[in-house]
Amino acid sequence: MTNRRRGAAGPLFVAPFLVLFGLLFLAPLGYAAYLSLFQHKLIGGTVFVGLDNYVKAVADPLFLHGVLRVATFFVIQVPVMLLLALLFALALDSGLTRLARVVRLGIFVPYAVPSVVATLMWGFLYGPDYGPFAQLGRIFDLPVPRFLSDSWMLGSIANIVTWEFVGYNMIILYAALRTIPRELYEAAAVDGAGAWRIAWSVKLPALKPALLLTLLFSVIGSFQLFNEPKLLHDLVPTVIDTAYTANFYAYTLAFTGQQVNYAATVSFLLGLVIVIVSYAVMLTANRRRES
Amino acid sequence: MPAFTRRSFLAAMGAASLTGALAACGGSDDTAATTPASEADIDKAMNTPTELTFWTWVPDIEQEVALFTKKYPAIKVKVVNAGQGTPHYTKLRTALQAGSGAPDVVQIEFQYIPTFTVIDALLDLRPYGASKLKDQFVDWTWAQVSGQNGEVWAIPQDTGPMGMLYRQDIFDQYGIGVPATWDEFAAAARTLHAANPDIYLTNFAANQAAAWHGLMWQAGAKPYVSNSKSDITIDVDGDVAKKIAKYWGGLATEGVIGVETDFTDAWYTALNNGKYATWLTAAWGPVFLSGSAKSTAGKWRAAPLPQWDSAKPSSGNWGGSTSAVIKSTKNPIAAAQFAQFLNSDPESAKMFATKQFLYPPTKALLTDPSFVDEPLDFYGGQAVNKVFADIGDTVNLSFQWPPFLDQVATDFTETVGKALTDKTDAVAALGQWQSRLTTFAKNQGFTVS
Repeated sequence: MTNRRRGAAGPLFVAPFLVLFGLLFLAPLGYAAYLSLFQHKLIGGTVFVGLDNYVKAVADPLFLHGVLRVATFFVIQVPVMLLLALLFALALDSGLTRLARVVRLGIFVPYAVPSVVATLMWGFLYGPDYGPFAQLGRIFDLPVPRFLSDSWMLGSIANIVTWEFVGYNMIILYAALRTIPRELYEAAAVDGAGAWRIAWSVKLPALKPALLLTLLFSVIGSFQLFNEPKLLHDLVPTVIDTAYTANFYAYTLAFTGQQVNYAATVSFLLGLVIVIVSYAVMLTANRRRES
Repeated sequence: MPAFTRRSFLAAMGAASLTGALAACGGSDDTAATTPASEADIDKAMNTPTELTFWTWVPDIEQEVALFTKKYPAIKVKVVNAGQGTPHYTKLRTALQAGSGAPDVVQIEFQYIPTFTVIDALLDLRPYGASKLKDQFVDWTWAQVSGQNGEVWAIPQDTGPMGMLYRQDIFDQYGIGVPATWDEFAAAARTLHAANPDIYLTNFAANQAAAWHGLMWQAGAKPYVSNSKSDITIDVDGDVAKKIAKYWGGLATEGVIGVETDFTDAWYTALNNGKYATWLTAAWGPVFLSGSAKSTAGKWRAAPLPQWDSAKPSSGNWGGSTSAVIKSTKNPIAAAQFAQFLNSDPESAKMFATKQFLYPPTKALLTDPSFVDEPLDFYGGQAVNKVFADIGDTVNLSFQWPPFLDQVATDFTETVGKALTDKTDAVAALGQWQSRLTTFAKNQGFTVS
């Protein structure tokens, strides 16, 4: 293809995307930014307040606690989930498991379950009186953790999220593994490398871009945590308060407190946090690759 | 499709002609709302092809709507179920803010009326003849739909005076009499739980701000008083409220009552399994329970709430709905007539009570032997409606709701509700609730005293 032809066709091909991107992404973003500069009161109406909402939000303990909680969640849950996904992908790729197809599907199926349904299901399983775990515990006279209590809650949510997304991440990693040329394995085998050595020295380095991708998705997913706490809130509203995660706080502000403007501010700041963390993750990964 | 096109065309015509009529009067919406609509205006509007949109979550309400459209064939009513409770209100508020897509007539629970009048969403129904209906409705229900300046914001549809449902079999087994006072109730809670650690006298759900308000209502508390749109007195931690918090906080700390979230799977199972010997609920509770705890049929009975002062029996209200007209409607006359007909026409009102089992707010039905004396098998043949009709007469007349109910309910759960589940100081939690609400109200521009 010549340069001239590419110049004419390019914008045309990109146009549908750009139009939708502008309409569905940039416009709402701009509108939210605009909203965040105002304050609406039930009595007194709407006034322009400049950056006041932002000044208030960065010192708002409810917002900060929400961000801190999802950060904790990210640090604990994401490594566990990605490690599991990696192990499953390697196991499947190595052909160790006979029923590769069935196993692959089995691990992936939870991702096909909508997270709302998954949370409702786990909420039932966690039940302290009539949940299956509690009932089993009673039959065998074993102590069962109170999954829905204050101290267990974050772990219980992490478990749901892990269950939902291990399969998804595994598929990304598995697909990346399949693209590695088989010759590399043969060459390594000729050099005397065993299965473990191949996994460590050939597969893992080749997986780095895919791992970075899953990590970035996980940053975004963790910091935007909403469905699971929102639904479990209905079961134990005194354990999960309405500012449990930053996203939940923004939702509560908008729909319970009628503070749409402040909710826009909180959402914007949360977006900023996600951008910073994602950038930090990429920077660290790239620097490591260079060194 | 042709029928649809024709109908929307006619609807548009109707809207256009009515707008024209209003414009001809030279009045804006505001003047139209304060001058009474004449008989001629009403006749004209009711014979002009019109389509009304009605948001409600009452199942099978099409039956009652059909009675209306039979009488006024020119009016079509489109029934939309926009969710029950909170999702319904969230959608309504979004449509109101967007300035389009809001219904003409809407189901609103009593406690939410001030939340919507403060944002000017509701139409005063006085110019459309609503005042004439006053005598048909139980006094306190009419007080609930009346505004600060005598406006009629909605027409009552059903109510929930609070009473107590109890398990006769459990009471008999453990030798417990039906508690008439809160002191007796507390004693019974201790006796029962001591006799069988798996059973609790009742469950006080930490998420149930509505029940808490009902109990405050019973005890005569006045947590929210406002005399104008912009001022409010918040007193959720007054002496009466402290008495209630001390009482329930005490029982929760002793561990002789349950404190689990209600209307969850676990709670339904608990009711079926006999974990709780009573349910402090409202007049809609008996029918609800008979559908949710089928395995316990015949074992329940109904009684009034235990009393603080047995010489002066009183009760509060929990739940119940109204029909209100949204101010932005293009067909105020037809919409107002619909809201009134639906709830005051004898046939329609009776249908609500007998088909959907809504607990009626009209004096006629509450004295109608075929309704109040009906024996219910689930309650061992007891005339449960009679029990609640009598309770209804003892409901305190004046109880006001705050203009930001969602915030009140959320903050209740996170302060008082949390204290009950965590078995910490519920009276101190009242103070947190009070200060959260005060801060919120001030931030929203209210003059708080």
